[in-house]
Amino acid sequence: MSFPIVVCGTLVPDPLQTLEPVEGQGRPALKNEMMLPVVLDPWAGHALYEAARLAEQNAGSKVWLVALGPKAKLQQLMMTVAQKSAFELVAVDGPASGFCDSFETAAALTDAINGIAGLDKTRMLLFGGWESASRGSGSTLQMIGERLGITEQFLGVDQLTVMPDSRFEILERIEGGKHQVSILDGPPAVFGWATGYLPEPRNNPQTGMANMRLAMPALQKAKAAPLNGAGLCFQSVKLPKQQRETRIVKDMPLADIAREIVAWISED
Amino acid sequence: MSDRMTMEADIVCVGFGPAAAGFLITLAKTADLPPLNVLCYERADGIGFGVSGVVTRARGIRASMPDLDFSQIPMATPVTEERLLYLRNKSAYELPYIPPFLRKHDGFVMSIGQFLEYVGSQIMATGAIQIWPGTPVEQAIIEDGAVRGVRLLGQDMDVLARLTVVADGAVGAIGRQLDDQRRKPHDWAVGMKMVVDLPADNGLTPGTVLHTFGYPENEIFGFLYVHPGNVASVGIFVPSWMRAPEESAYRYLQQYMMHPYIFQLLRGARLRSWGAKSIDESGRRAEPLLAGNGWARIGEGSATTNVLTGSGVDEAWTTGAQLGEAVVELTRAGKAFTRENLEATYVARRRASWVESEARIAEHARDGFHNGMLNGLIGMALAGFTKGRVTAAPWGRPPGLRGTSRSRPAEGRPDIPYDGQLFVSHQDALLMGGKVQATPGFEDHVQLTDPHKCEQCADQRCVLMCSGQALAILEGSVPAFDREKCVYCGACLWNCREGNISFRVGAGGLHSNEN
Repeated sequence: MSFPIVVCGTLVPDPLQTLEPVEGQGRPALKNEMMLPVVLDPWAGHALYEAARLAEQNAGSKVWLVALGPKAKLQQLMMTVAQKSAFELVAVDGPASGFCDSFETAAALTDAINGIAGLDKTRMLLFGGWESASRGSGSTLQMIGERLGITEQFLGVDQLTVMPDSRFEILERIEGGKHQVSILDGPPAVFGWATGYLPEPRNNPQTGMANMRLAMPALQKAKAAPLNGAGLCFQSVKLPKQQRETRIVKDMPLADIAREIVAWISED
Repeated sequence: MSDRMTMEADIVCVGFGPAAAGFLITLAKTADLPPLNVLCYERADGIGFGVSGVVTRARGIRASMPDLDFSQIPMATPVTEERLLYLRNKSAYELPYIPPFLRKHDGFVMSIGQFLEYVGSQIMATGAIQIWPGTPVEQAIIEDGAVRGVRLLGQDMDVLARLTVVADGAVGAIGRQLDDQRRKPHDWAVGMKMVVDLPADNGLTPGTVLHTFGYPENEIFGFLYVHPGNVASVGIFVPSWMRAPEESAYRYLQQYMMHPYIFQLLRGARLRSWGAKSIDESGRRAEPLLAGNGWARIGEGSATTNVLTGSGVDEAWTTGAQLGEAVVELTRAGKAFTRENLEATYVARRRASWVESEARIAEHARDGFHNGMLNGLIGMALAGFTKGRVTAAPWGRPPGLRGTSRSRPAEGRPDIPYDGQLFVSHQDALLMGGKVQATPGFEDHVQLTDPHKCEQCADQRCVLMCSGQALAILEGSVPAFDREKCVYCGACLWNCREGNISFRVGAGGLHSNEN
């Protein structure tokens, strides 16, 4: 059994960078945003690696990565992610800031998916992050699904198994550290991934070389999606109150460390 | 040949720094070149990580890219003003004259990280060349005296190529693997610097460049240069010929920033990036073999740094461009990348260029430091003004330059006012400024060959000079290595006088692309 798997995911600033919100043109922005090194949004990364594994296990499957971001930054992203797993890039040139409207983003990504030649949307598995490291609302993927008319949607997915009878077993996170188990007859469906169980794959040079041969033309012909944020109003943007505090303390009981961390987190 | 998986390319390049950038952009910009499959593997996690900032005349860079608009590169700006300062404990003397060989008046202030990201995107956009960060090369594959390609670290994969370009920098593993057995004594320095946000109304014009010497130790040279947008780079060079460093490079950097002249410029500034690297200051006298059958060496690892002009990036770039031109010539002629052919094209270009002629002038410029700081400075001036004909130590010097001056007394050093903004602990500098990352799944790349030697080592300078405090004495007397703190500066390698440190290639390191 083969599946066309579309993964929506884009870049976020490298998590080790120091981020500072500033006033942008009509909306907040990050200071030096275009200079910040980028990585694949970790939530989307889980989705991509799960998609790759599913494709490997089901011969004839194919993975597309639909990414909306500044073209130059998407090119940088490809250098870090294209060796990880096999996919075909569908690039959309536009802002990837955390201050973009998820409604507009969903519309642009839907257009891109509709433009994929030869994609059988009746058998499509739409993957993405349950949330996003830059857009925490977790709403984009659901809206894409709605725009594509896909009613089977699963969020907080940690595991997707193709059963012997070709149905899917899906584990979704629920409260209390438990999973809700669902059985799905088959595609199309939307899967918003939590962390899953897969580690980040090691780089594979052959995969990277093959991916990049398609990625560079895709970047060159990326259509612009100028998300203008019309109708979106930001009340305020602020940094967390927690600030780095370094101390060197030896032989501190774990309970005391935990207590301090809880107090630190509670500052906000 | 092993039974590992293999992948074939025409050219594989090890490392993506200024030299590789010069090499690859030369290929990328050459019209009508027969199609070549070119792969470049960079150890660091990003193509702008693990490098530095620079004040450069950019002669070679501009020759390669005549249309380059520096205003398109973040943090780049023309040099507008230069000052040369002699720093004493509490005072500073501005020299009325900057020797022409030191001046960068027609050059640019840049972040190499930002520059490499810009050039890398230009190279990649051609579609002909692929650059892969986060992919360390473990070793060169050598058969019958020829390099056949490279083995990637942590993967069951060899990349075979007709030409392997060694551009992995001053302490690169492949460069050291291919060093000839007659390895010459080297002079080193650890360069450490911060990029800081300056307060508004700081009075500093973008493009202002300060060169300093004399503080916090006589042997330590310092710098401050101003980028656009109220950003500055400030740093020091701690040389290997410093007889007895009393402090770590990081503490020296803090002391440097506390000098009254420097501090008045930095008051209210905030750390945004920090990093360190080894600089091979040997110059031409320690030049290794530049080419062999199936391989060629470019950049800092090929002895391009010029200590007289205080320049290395442009020289490294230029040697890369020269190799690029040589590859174009050989490819068009249908000739193989043999040692003979590479010497007739690449090495010959290099010998005939300004890189070589200026390297010859600088070759003995620092010999005078063996007889003290003043003699050293006079020697540099003599070498510069006489085009290398006269030096301060015409009798030569013993291998491995050693300075003679003593460290400044501890009571003369300033207290560090930790403020959480500019003056932070060494470990906070790693996290806040260097954003150091250790990629999981790799073994330690720094190992002590014989721990018993460490027990008997009196000075353990490897610990003191470790830029990230990755080497530390936790118990006993044998240093322990913490990979999560290593910034890959390589200072441990040349600070161990016993040669007891194995410094191999590894993954991770600095995650700052502006330092």
